[in-house]
Order: sequence, then structure tokens, then C-alpha cells
Amino acid sequence: MEKSPEAASRRRFLAGAGAAAVALGAARPALAQEAAAASPSAGPAGNVPPNVPQWTRSLGEPTVAVPYGKPSKYEVNAIRKLYPGLTEPMSAFSTSPLQELDGIITPNGLHYERHHAGVPQIDPAQHRLIVHGLTEREMIFTMEEIRQFPRESKIYFLECSGNPVFVPPYGKTAAEVTGLVSGSQWGGVRLRTVLEHVGLKKGAKWVVAEGADGAAMTRSIPIEKCLDDVLLAFIQNGEHLRPEQGYPLRLFCPGFEGNMSVKWLRRLQVTDQPAYSKEETSKYTDLMADGRARKFSFVMEAKSIITFPSGTQKLTRKGTHEIRGIAWSGHGKIRAVDVSIDGGRNWKEATLDMPVLSKALTSFRATFDWNGEELMLMSRAVDETGYVQPTLEQLIAVRGRWSTYHNNAIQPWKVSTTGEVTNGRV
Amino acid sequence: MAASNSKTWVLGAAAAAMLGMAHANGAELNLGRDVTPEELAGWNITVFSDGTGYPAGKGTVRHGEDVYKASCAACHGAKLEGGLGPALAGGKGTLNTDKPLRTVGSYWPYASTLFDYIRRAMPFQAPQSLSNDDVYAVAGYILNVNGLLPADATVDAEVLKRVQMPNRDGFYVDNRPDVENPRCMENCAVGPKPH
Repeated sequence: MEKSPEAASRRRFLAGAGAAAVALGAARPALAQEAAAASPSAGPAGNVPPNVPQWTRSLGEPTVAVPYGKPSKYEVNAIRKLYPGLTEPMSAFSTSPLQELDGIITPNGLHYERHHAGVPQIDPAQHRLIVHGLTEREMIFTMEEIRQFPRESKIYFLECSGNPVFVPPYGKTAAEVTGLVSGSQWGGVRLRTVLEHVGLKKGAKWVVAEGADGAAMTRSIPIEKCLDDVLLAFIQNGEHLRPEQGYPLRLFCPGFEGNMSVKWLRRLQVTDQPAYSKEETSKYTDLMADGRARKFSFVMEAKSIITFPSGTQKLTRKGTHEIRGIAWSGHGKIRAVDVSIDGGRNWKEATLDMPVLSKALTSFRATFDWNGEELMLMSRAVDETGYVQPTLEQLIAVRGRWSTYHNNAIQPWKVSTTGEVTNGRV
Repeated sequence: MAASNSKTWVLGAAAAAMLGMAHANGAELNLGRDVTPEELAGWNITVFSDGTGYPAGKGTVRHGEDVYKASCAACHGAKLEGGLGPALAGGKGTLNTDKPLRTVGSYWPYASTLFDYIRRAMPFQAPQSLSNDDVYAVAGYILNVNGLLPADATVDAEVLKRVQMPNRDGFYVDNRPDVENPRCMENCAVGPKPH
């Protein structure tokens, strides 16, 4: 990599070049010693070379000791956390630990959560879906029946509409800044298939979806969307949904704000008008500076975040580092992600990992050299419509500070002279 | 349900194509059944802004105050000023200020939403436990505190349909994209420091 002309030019672009290489050589021995001292495997057990590790000299756990596998006990940081400042856990949200993850799929146990009345434990044998209203037949389905419709599986992101709000306190970690986003392969039946099964009547313009939880969460979805890519989802990453994600059945509206993908789905009412439920009037409307508010603001616009290096992480050495992150757009595919290390003055296009899928998380990577100077790292997504992720200042200039939802601003991370990474927005 | 042979399968598919899927009505898949009126009635609780869906029943503002004190005040405050739950009154004239207070009176566009939400999701600890009469009463009380119904009112579907919420015309359909960020790559102008 060092020898390729492409890498060399990238290095010139991203850092002060020559000086970095010199400093790199000088810094290495000291930093390597520090790293060795900090390593857990260098403890009293002496499991590092030349010693033969304890786990090499003994048998491990029996097969199927854990019938449903769990992460290593050493992976203590890859957990969800209640959003900072929340005290009431029933109508609350928890974040995916983005800074601990890599790739476009979020493990099911780490998918972000947003519940409005806790997580119901629903017996699938007693769960029903009723489809009625402006339909040829008003019908009721068991879960067993719903699972027998022709299926499809697609990889999509899901993002909470307020991820995050526009005002302080700004989060410390990537999870606290924008951890209300996750990616999964969702499987189920196209809503279109079921709507054609019951038959739509003339005048059908909306489908009002309702959950079976204590909030009986209700959202109205335009019929065009319902006949396009909306799923009745019961599979998440190959297994049945987790209770936190709507077991046994949820709606999934690709690219739309998360709460429209109504969990624990029990009823679909086909109508000629929206319900104007609490979740599309009192909440999830966007208050502008002039006192008026946007309604039916469904789509999550293009966004990206650097997950490494990100807040509370540390660069432990001078030299070449990799920026890693995720980007997504509710309008389709990510076309490009640009990264900057100088606070947005100069940008360079990052490499996108395959696959790049519509309305799915997309991984990006880029290298930069760090020589102990202060940096401001940023990423900027561009989607297939040509839309470019904006700055927070640009959003606030148009919307004011109290619109709460749909904040897709560029996130700055500051690297200090000692390598500590903190939120650049303080 | 499974087709008995490949000929049946092909004929089934052709018939579906001829009929058009909108008129298939589940004949081919044979999944699901007609919901009974009784089954539907138990779950069909949405009240629409045009008044569709209000159930029978009525209650007085005065009784609503009692319901509120017993079931709502612990979270929403004795004067509807909010606490663990959001404020339900006040905030008039604040929406275009730097301290907007979004309440039933200052922000909600339709009274139907208030009735619908109380019936489906409140009280928070015991959703769908109030009678329809109590929901009419407590919705009436909340509207009364917001100055939208008199204290001696008896509230039913017709009364709620006539309530004009102050912020009814305060909403417009999403008009994004609303920000154009040029994709500058070199020597770009950097705005004020991120704050």
C-alpha cells in the first residue's frame, strides 16, 4: 500500500506528508511499549509468547454449552444504552453502539430501540392481523397464515426520526450522537401482496397501521408507498423478529422515519384520509422557526457518520489510520461519501464497501496520516439523487432549532494533539 | 391449499393474471378469513379528524376533572403543566419563539386526536382501561382548561366535532429537500465554527 502511487497521493492530500514519516519512526517504540503494558493478555496468566496460553493447554466449553450463542465475555462495550438523560424506561430509546460495529448489518441484539409503552411479550398463536376499511374483503389472519404468503428479503436501514435533535447537549460517542440507526436484512411479505389479496376499493389513499402494544402506536402511510416497497416483516437477519423489533409482526417502511414501521402490527385500516394520530400531529411533525410545522415528513435524508475515530476513542500512535463509517439515504443508494480532516476545507472521496444497496447502510473507508496535530474529521454523504448531506448550520438557518426531527447534519470529530477524539460540536 | 398437480398450478396462475390481482380476493392462496363484526369492533378504535369513528357515549367536563385527578395528574401535573408526561395546556403564542411549548391547546390541530389518543394509550400505566364516557369527560376537561369548552359542557361526539383547535391551520405538507449544500472538494468556505 505504501508503494502504490494512489496511496502516496492520498497521503499527500490527507496529511503534511514528509514530516509524518519522520515522526512515525521516532514515535513507534515508545507507543509500542505502552500498548504492550495495556494489553489484557499480558497479565499474570502469562498467555503471550513465548508462553503457551492457558486456552491452548486445556479443553474449551462443550459444544452447545450455549444453545443460542452469545458474544465473547470480553466484548463488554458492544451493548445498547438508554439514551443519555432518559429516566423513564417505558417510553424511551436505546442506541446501537455504532463505534463498536463495522459493516451494514446490525446484530439483532444491538438494534436500536424506540418503544412508546415498553416491549410487549406477544404469543404468536394469539396474534392476529386485521385488514379492513376500503377493501373488497375485510379479513383476519393468523401468524401462521401470514408466514405462508410469498416472501421477500431486503437489506434496509431503519432510523429514528430524531437522531439526534438540533440542540445541546451533544453526545460524546457515535452512539450518543446518531446511534438511533441500524441495518438489517428484513424478511416478510410485501404489503402490496396482502392488499391485493384482500382487494383495494376505489378511493383507497392511506393505510392506517396500528400496533398491539400499550401505545397502540398508529401511523398513516400513503397508499403509493404501501403498494411500493413496504413489508409486513417477521424476519430480521434470518431469524424471527426480536420482541424489541415487533415480534411477531411489524410493518417496515424502507427509507421512512422509524416510527412508521409500526411494531407488533395488529391492524391495517385502508382509508381515504390520514388518521392524524397523535404520532403524526403532536409528535413527528417538524416545527419551523415561523411557528408553522411540516407534517407527513416521512423520508430520512442522506446522512453519514464516522464511527472510527469517533468520540471517546483515541489514536494510540502516529502514522496512517483508517477512517471507518456508515452512510445511508431514504431516497435510494449512496453515490459517494467524502471525508475531511481539516474541518471541511478540503474533502476527499472515500472508498465504499460493496454492496451499495438502496435505503441500506453503506460502509465507507478512507486513510489519513496523523502526526500529532489537531484535526477535525468529518464525513459527507451524497445520494443517488445528487443530494449532499448538509451542515447543522445550514439546517438551522432554514428550520430553526426546534424542529426536533430529521437532523441529518455532518458530524465533526475533533482529534487532539494527544490523540483523544471528542465531539467537535461543543 | 397446495395445488394437486402442475396443471392446476398453471391454470391458477393464469386465472389470477386474467382476473387482475386486485380482484383475486385470496381465492388462490386461500389464506385468512372474513373478520366478524364483533372481532373488528373490539379493535377498530381509530377516530378520524372528520369525525369518523367516534363511539357512543358522553361525559361532563366536571366529571372529567375527577377522572383527570385520579388517572392523569400524577404525570401531567395538577394544572396540566406537565411533569413526567408532557404539558397539556398553555404555550399559546410560543410556537415561533425560542421556547416553543407544544400542547393540546397550542399545537394539536384536531380534537379527534385527543379523544383517539386517550382512548388507545392512556392512562400510561393502564391503557384502554377508561370507559368511552370517561374518555369523553376527560378530553372535555383538557379542552376546557385550554379555553376551548365551557366548564358546564357535556361532551359527546357532536360536541368534539365542533371544536376548532387554534393551530388547525398551522401545518403544511413536508417540502424537503430544503437545504442545498454544494459538493465543494478543495479550499471550501468553512462556516462559523461548529457549535
